[in-house]
Amino acid sequence: MSFWFWHGLRKGIQTTRYPERAENTPGVSPGRPVNTDFSTDEAAQLAAEICPTDAIVAHGKSTYVNHGKCVHCQLCRYSLRSPMNWEPGYEWSRIPTNQAEAAPLPSAFAKSMHIMVVDAGDCGACLHEVKQLNNPLYNMHRLGLFLTATPRTADVLLVVGPVSENMRGPLLKTWEAMPTSRKVIAVGTCAISGGVFGKSFMCACGVGAVLPVDFEVPGNPPPPLAILHGLLAVAGRKSLKTPTSISEGRL
Amino acid sequence: MPASSSPIAGDGTSALIDLAAALEERFGIEIAKGPANGGFVFTLSLFKPSLLPALCKFMFWEHGCLFGGITAEEQAARWEMHYAFLLPGAGWIDVELSLPIETTSLPSIVAEVHAADWHEREIEDMFGIRFENHPRLGDFILHDQIWREGIEPMRKSFAAGRPPLEHKVDREWQPLLIVGDPGSFAMPVGPVYEGGIGESLHFLLETVGEDVIRAVPRLFYKYRAVEKIAEGRTILDALLLAERFAATSAFAHSLAFCQAVERIGAVEVPRRAAALRVLLAELERMRHHAGAITAICESTALAVSSAQVAIIEENLLRASCVFARHRYLFGLNTPGGLNCEFGLEQCKELLVAVDKAESDLRLLEKRLRFSSSFLDRLEDVGAVTGESARDLNLVGPVGRASAQNCDLRKACPYSGYGRYAFEVPSETEGDGYARLRVLFAEATQSAKLMHQVCAALEEGPVRVSCQVQRAGAALGWTEAPRGAALHWLRVSDEGIVERYRAVTPSFNNWLGFHVAAEDFAFQDFPIILATFGLSATECDR
Ligand code: SF4
Repeated sequence: MSFWFWHGLRKGIQTTRYPERAENTPGVSPGRPVNTDFSTDEAAQLAAEICPTDAIVAHGKSTYVNHGKCVHCQLCRYSLRSPMNWEPGYEWSRIPTNQAEAAPLPSAFAKSMHIMVVDAGDCGACLHEVKQLNNPLYNMHRLGLFLTATPRTADVLLVVGPVSENMRGPLLKTWEAMPTSRKVIAVGTCAISGGVFGKSFMCACGVGAVLPVDFEVPGNPPPPLAILHGLLAVAGRKSLKTPTSISEGRL
Repeated sequence: MPASSSPIAGDGTSALIDLAAALEERFGIEIAKGPANGGFVFTLSLFKPSLLPALCKFMFWEHGCLFGGITAEEQAARWEMHYAFLLPGAGWIDVELSLPIETTSLPSIVAEVHAADWHEREIEDMFGIRFENHPRLGDFILHDQIWREGIEPMRKSFAAGRPPLEHKVDREWQPLLIVGDPGSFAMPVGPVYEGGIGESLHFLLETVGEDVIRAVPRLFYKYRAVEKIAEGRTILDALLLAERFAATSAFAHSLAFCQAVERIGAVEVPRRAAALRVLLAELERMRHHAGAITAICESTALAVSSAQVAIIEENLLRASCVFARHRYLFGLNTPGGLNCEFGLEQCKELLVAVDKAESDLRLLEKRLRFSSSFLDRLEDVGAVTGESARDLNLVGPVGRASAQNCDLRKACPYSGYGRYAFEVPSETEGDGYARLRVLFAEATQSAKLMHQVCAALEEGPVRVSCQVQRAGAALGWTEAPRGAALHWLRVSDEGIVERYRAVTPSFNNWLGFHVAAEDFAFQDFPIILATFGLSATECDR
């Protein structure tokens, strides 16, 4: 059995250097559509019309993207004569519109933060990406981020999914069992706005409809590094600016 | 019934002729001559519901048909029931039953076909049709401790958009326990797991101390009513739902959905698109299997191996992202083909990553085979016999590990799978280790398939226009990474979805999970769970 130890060592260090350095390996992030200026009003209008979740808003020749609604259907890339611009990157986390400014945990938590994950009806992608943070390529333990076994010792509640009606109760119970210094981070478009599921008798249209949310990580699903960025923001190790205009993402 | 009663493929036409003759003789009913909705779907209209149990028993047990599921539809003052059976090699037989809307009960077929159990429970819960003599109805999707009785959400009169109902939280509610010995108790697990990252579902482990007598899963915590909210949406909007209710098999489900649309619109997908779909579907299968193997390694706490296979999985996710611009292959399928073109260079680049992953997986398998402590934990754990697997109609790698070697890619080929040479690996032991071996072998076959696709890729468009201008219904099917997936779709002449039904492999296999989880030690529970590799979100929808 000792050979596993040897094979492990032989692999060397595979872990990303993020956040000290940017991670640019191809495929770590699918990118996302960004605010785009078109040459005509009609082109901007067409972009807004093709988006199935109304994530694109047109103003004259300009379009603005609300990433909290984008479900990464790629229609604005493939099905438009003049497509939207897309950007690489993953530092996407943001503050919900109803919060005046970022409120991270006190600095005592910066190097040791315990996370409770609740799946409130996600499609499996966001949860899977959260899980990837534990693999050696991301290894969130090295940053002092730990998954915890019980809400009593958790500092952060990480919620994925649009909050299905049958999970509303368990989600609320988990939140109530946490110390009141808790922060809530909504991961993924569904957790932010309900995504493709929207509001129905079975879906609450996002975590914000059930709990106060402190941070959001848009994406469908957000790649592991985007989630890591969000967690670092909760720990106060990445600062987020409050958006002041629609072009900065103010809704 | 011997396991061999479900051949992968045979002479399909003669099997169909045999079945048709036998049905005429025994029941006096005819299979509709031509394929009703294009490709491999034959209808059989049944006029007497009382014949149903005998007919289903005849098809399932005597003719080796596989059970595909039950779909209920409320259609202009009639109930339309569809019982789908697959005659391997020949196609799907859709047993249709049309009943007046006043009908409130139907004969249950559970005693004959056990695999129909959850289908009938779901229909009873969501439509309010009772099934006579079903051993256990109620408390299924609408959990009894929060939902009031008498709600039938799938009825057309129920508005999907209404705000969540006034619940009556019943604190006195108790789950139904089966083990009644003195000193026995039930240990609840979930829906929010303590530690780790798990999907939301609940288990009651009924135990008398050290050993667990039985483990009963309780699902549908994640139910988002996908079938209900799809109604009234356009086809493209419903496709978003089909793609996003179970992301780890998103491509397979969106493909099944698109195939249903293409059948309604009578559209033939260009050969290049069909081939690229196979490429993407196999990429998804390989990535899914790498993930499933990671979970198995994790469950046995063999840390280095799980770390290494997790790297393989992440590399495949990255390769998918480079190739298709999405790590989970969202936004590619569209009725009529694919949304985007893939160049030869891109394909070659993908194959390099795939080959690397495949050889890494094979190396890992070799090392695992020499790790006795690992094998000890998998062998004879969670065993499912061939008979139970046939009885419960287990599909996918789980079924194939118990000698149920049906694979829709062979048994009812779609998207041009018939053009490629590949094997369907299967095992007979039916234990955790057999399931692991099937996963490894299938990943290798997927890589082989991807090579064949790229070598024979034809020039041409990747998409044709697919406008649905007439009302119709059709079935789409794929062999998703976890097994057979069926999507039944009915649209109006304006292209609005009227009924959408997704029968998923996880829904199918969760029903059989309890067979593997009988009389086992507590510490084996995560291992049984991981080797089954089922998804709650794919089951719940
Ligand atoms: S990717 Fe789809 S959902 Fe996102 S902005 Fe573009 S069209 Fe809208």
